[in-house]
Amino acid sequence: MKSKTLILAAAAGLAAGAPLLAQAGPKEDLKAFREYYMKRFPGVPLDEFANGVYAIDAGMRAEWEQMEEFPPYELGLDIGKAEFYKKFKNGKSLADCFPDAEKGIKQNYPYWDPKRKEVITLELAINECRKANGEKPYKWKKGKLAAVSAYIGYLSRGKRINVVVPEDDPDALAWYERGKRFFYAKRGQLNFSCADCHVANPGRRIRANLLSPALGQVTHFPAYRKKWEAKGSGALAGFGTIQRRYTGCNKQVRAKPFKAQSVEYRSLEYFHTYMSNGLPINAPGVRM
Amino acid sequence: MRKAATLITTAVSAATLLGSLALTSDPAVAAEKKKALSVVEQGKQIAFNRKKGNCLACHQIAGGTLPGNIGPPLVAMKQRFPSKQALREQIWDATKRNPNTSMPPFGRHKILTEDEIDKVVEFIWTL
Ligand code: HEC
Ligand code: HEC
Repeated sequence: MKSKTLILAAAAGLAAGAPLLAQAGPKEDLKAFREYYMKRFPGVPLDEFANGVYAIDAGMRAEWEQMEEFPPYELGLDIGKAEFYKKFKNGKSLADCFPDAEKGIKQNYPYWDPKRKEVITLELAINECRKANGEKPYKWKKGKLAAVSAYIGYLSRGKRINVVVPEDDPDALAWYERGKRFFYAKRGQLNFSCADCHVANPGRRIRANLLSPALGQVTHFPAYRKKWEAKGSGALAGFGTIQRRYTGCNKQVRAKPFKAQSVEYRSLEYFHTYMSNGLPINAPGVRM
Repeated sequence: MRKAATLITTAVSAATLLGSLALTSDPAVAAEKKKALSVVEQGKQIAFNRKKGNCLACHQIAGGTLPGNIGPPLVAMKQRFPSKQALREQIWDATKRNPNTSMPPFGRHKILTEDEIDKVVEFIWTL
């Protein structure tokens, strides 16, 4: 009964809450999405959105630039790099599964796999590579997985996000649409959609936290968060994948998070990343 | 309620300015007033508590620190709402007035109990 009301509320929110994205295809969505932020933050060049809140707040930007002089993620990136080239028992390594990694590949993830009929994220591909080679998959969302993925992201710095949604493939479109619905649906006891915070209110404060625009949110993931660093220990504690962040943002509104690499989160990542097409990869980004 | 009415009649029948002074010095009324004050005070605590109303997440409110600014500052409430009941409805379910609002529906989603909402209303009404 309760969940029914929640779904209804979500649907109502959707119907009324998505003026930006009226019955359009991915290309039109992307254009409208981008234009919305460009209008809302005049004077912020498109590429700057890759820097999240630092693109829109000078004080926080100064702090960040100072942190970047001695990047707190360097030690962890070295561990990610070592993992990437480490030989499996069969003599191969992750590097063999991603032969183009050094040229930069992160910009193409997540991608639509027409044979499997599903969206494949970089983290999923990393763990599938390990399994295919007889190794245990990493734990999801943080630790070594996030560090390896951050290293691959680091090798891709400067490459522009290029997620493809084949518009002639109804299955791909269905994944995209599911991600879009997720993004605009109100959820949780506090009744928030992603869009409530990151489309309607970027640049405003929720308590002391300045909200970032959704445009450009994905470019620097896996990210290195001081908050995560403080909660854990060791050089890898600060790393987290984009889906770790989704989990956090779902919990904030008292919604039950989905499992890492669930169809829901992969769909969301597909839509969310597509919306930042054209922006430069700058992983791993430091965030508070 | 009945007690207050009698007191007022007494004051009126005394027909002096001192009547109102007499009112405040009556111990029963003083107790009543103290209770009223503490309801406002309790409402304030609920409103400011991060695990309860957490209204400061979005609203500037006199006496609160580090407010967010997603919603408007909560000032001059009596001018903005015709009655306490209308204010209560805004807090109980803000989506009634604006389906797209980002203000959580505190009553409808049972984020606060009915009693807590009553107290928050008493507090907000004083702003
Ligand atoms: C109640 C408010 C709220 C909601 C709802 C919310 N977020 Fe967030 N989100 C935040 C805050 C606060 C931060 C930290 C400040 C910032 O960078 O925006 C944040 C940060 C993020 C970041 C990291 C940005 C960066 O630059 O590193 C991502 C990505 C993100 N949110 C995505 C989402 C998605 C996707 C959803 C929906 C599933 C969502 N958020 C829902 C409040 C929210
Ligand atoms: C996450 C954001 C958020 C939180 C938390 C929140 N509000 Fe709001 N509130 C808003 C927004 C946004 C509006 C603007 C009106 C709208 O969106 O419909 C608003 C409007 C109001 C108004 C109407 C103001 C006016 O002048 O019209 C009142 C009263 C109010 N809120 C009280 C509260 C109280 C009391 C609490 C805590 C128990 C609270 N709000 C918590 C976002 C919030």
